[in-house]
Amino acid sequence: MRRPASRRHGAAVRVVGPLHWVIYPALAAMAATLVLSTHVRLFGLPPPEPIFGLILAFSWPLIRPSILGPVMLFLVGIFTDLVLDSTLGLWTLTLLAVYGVVLAARAFIVGQQVGVLFAWYAGLTTAAMLCLYLFTLVEAGVAPTIVGAILQWIPTVALFPLGYILIQRFDDTDVRFR
Amino acid sequence: MAYRDGPFENLKVPLGLTAAFAVLVMGAIAVLLIVSDKRDKPQADGFAPVRSGFSRVTAPVSGVFAAPVRWVGHATDFVGDYFGAIDENRRLKKQVAELKAVQDNYVALENINRRYEALLNIRTQPPVDMVAANLVSESRGPFANAQLIDAGTNSRIRVGNPVINEHGLVGRVMGVGPTASRVLMLTDVASRTPVLVDRTDARAILVGDGGANPRLDFLRGTDSVKDGDRIMTSGDGGMLPRGLAVGVAAKALDGTWRVKLYAGNTDTDVVRVLLFDDFSQLLKPDSINAPALAGMNTAPQPSADLVAKIEAVHPAHPVARPAAAAPTPQTQTLTQSQAQSQTSKVAAATATALAPAPDSAAKKKATDASDEKANAKPEHKAAEHKASERKPTKKKPTVKADVIPRRPVPYTAIPQ
Repeated sequence: MRRPASRRHGAAVRVVGPLHWVIYPALAAMAATLVLSTHVRLFGLPPPEPIFGLILAFSWPLIRPSILGPVMLFLVGIFTDLVLDSTLGLWTLTLLAVYGVVLAARAFIVGQQVGVLFAWYAGLTTAAMLCLYLFTLVEAGVAPTIVGAILQWIPTVALFPLGYILIQRFDDTDVRFR
Repeated sequence: MAYRDGPFENLKVPLGLTAAFAVLVMGAIAVLLIVSDKRDKPQADGFAPVRSGFSRVTAPVSGVFAAPVRWVGHATDFVGDYFGAIDENRRLKKQVAELKAVQDNYVALENINRRYEALLNIRTQPPVDMVAANLVSESRGPFANAQLIDAGTNSRIRVGNPVINEHGLVGRVMGVGPTASRVLMLTDVASRTPVLVDRTDARAILVGDGGANPRLDFLRGTDSVKDGDRIMTSGDGGMLPRGLAVGVAAKALDGTWRVKLYAGNTDTDVVRVLLFDDFSQLLKPDSINAPALAGMNTAPQPSADLVAKIEAVHPAHPVARPAAAAPTPQTQTLTQSQAQSQTSKVAAATATALAPAPDSAAKKKATDASDEKANAKPEHKAAEHKASERKPTKKKPTVKADVIPRRPVPYTAIPQ
């Protein structure tokens, strides 16, 4: 049976389910990816191109292990591959790998301080970008520019506050799993 | 029976294990996708239909999402223009003064070039049709650089068409749908573009690496490039037309030569797609790989008048009548230059046979032909004049103009 997330007197009963912590964030990530892929120059510079799916891949297993998480992550990854025109399945596999690592190490990460969470997130993002770099190196036969990889890594890591807010907002609130 | 009363009432599914199982299943599917995708190949391979369908759906959606971003971009442009207007005005005035001299020189050189082309009878490339399109979205990461434009097969765009903007070459079309196309940019890691150095005519391959300045590889010759050299497409391989502006050469810190792209980092969101037909689209592979002497069997039949004249001179050797043979598929692949060659051989033999008694009309035609030939190729006339000085007594038979048509070979697709 679902229990209300808010117990304030007079407040409307609001049930927090996967729609709130899985579906809506996934749609938001897709929309943000689409918006930032716009061809525009702000003061002569192109907008950054972070990978929003990495935030979801890091946050979802910490909020709650779920079958829906990997499935939605698969869809987000396919969407990212299509928008960024990378090899189909490349970002998908990367996101799932990050999800799997966080799921396996969940007992070590949950409940830690913000700094520890950030270190985990930054480390996983670095590993993901490194794997992509090596894959592209082997596939295309050309070493991608390191500067470009760093310029994509920085805004992706800078998204950590969004992931932390997501974790704090929904951690242990999907009461059906208690 | 209610679900809670059933045998699964107390079944507890371990969430971590089921999530891990889902990760493995989805990961396996992702691996299959990676193995079977070929994003750097033409449209026929990989998941091109998926990409094409996705582009078709997201192009209008992305346009709506992008509207606020564009507004912000225009606002920043306005601010930048306001504060930089004076400097820009001074720079443009100086540039206009410099370009005036360049323009005069250009007009003179174009005039000379046109005369040289007429003199040498060079087969120049025809003007290429273009289609304008708007940029819908782009990916700028280190692992892929591509753009989505809002024009496709409905606008006659095909895979391989070059894409340019007002500054220079942007890339080429790698995927196309009815209303949207995917453009692989020069900076993509999968991009390889044959280029040349304008100053030395040295060839090289422009290799993208995800950065703003792609690398010049396989550069031939020593000292064939220096800082500031203009780089343009060489047209080698037939995929791109020759002479499209690419960028300026510059030496990188690691010692490699790189190209600052003319089309790089521009805020213009309109591009033009050249509807350029490469050589592989013009010819059928069978005709390219045909035996060298295949054209000997496909010469056009001589005209009826010619046959009559030949038979009048040599009644013992009848000539096949022209109307009998229908064109075969092999005949249809014959180029016009080969046909001209065969025609001229037959005409030369005929002229030799008919040398004794040309009538007055034939004389006039021959005179016209000589004049036409003299106008077209004066160097040939000079050579013939020298030869006639060496052998003043022997007069060569005149060739009739109507059997040696002097027509340029059209640069169009061979009829299928």
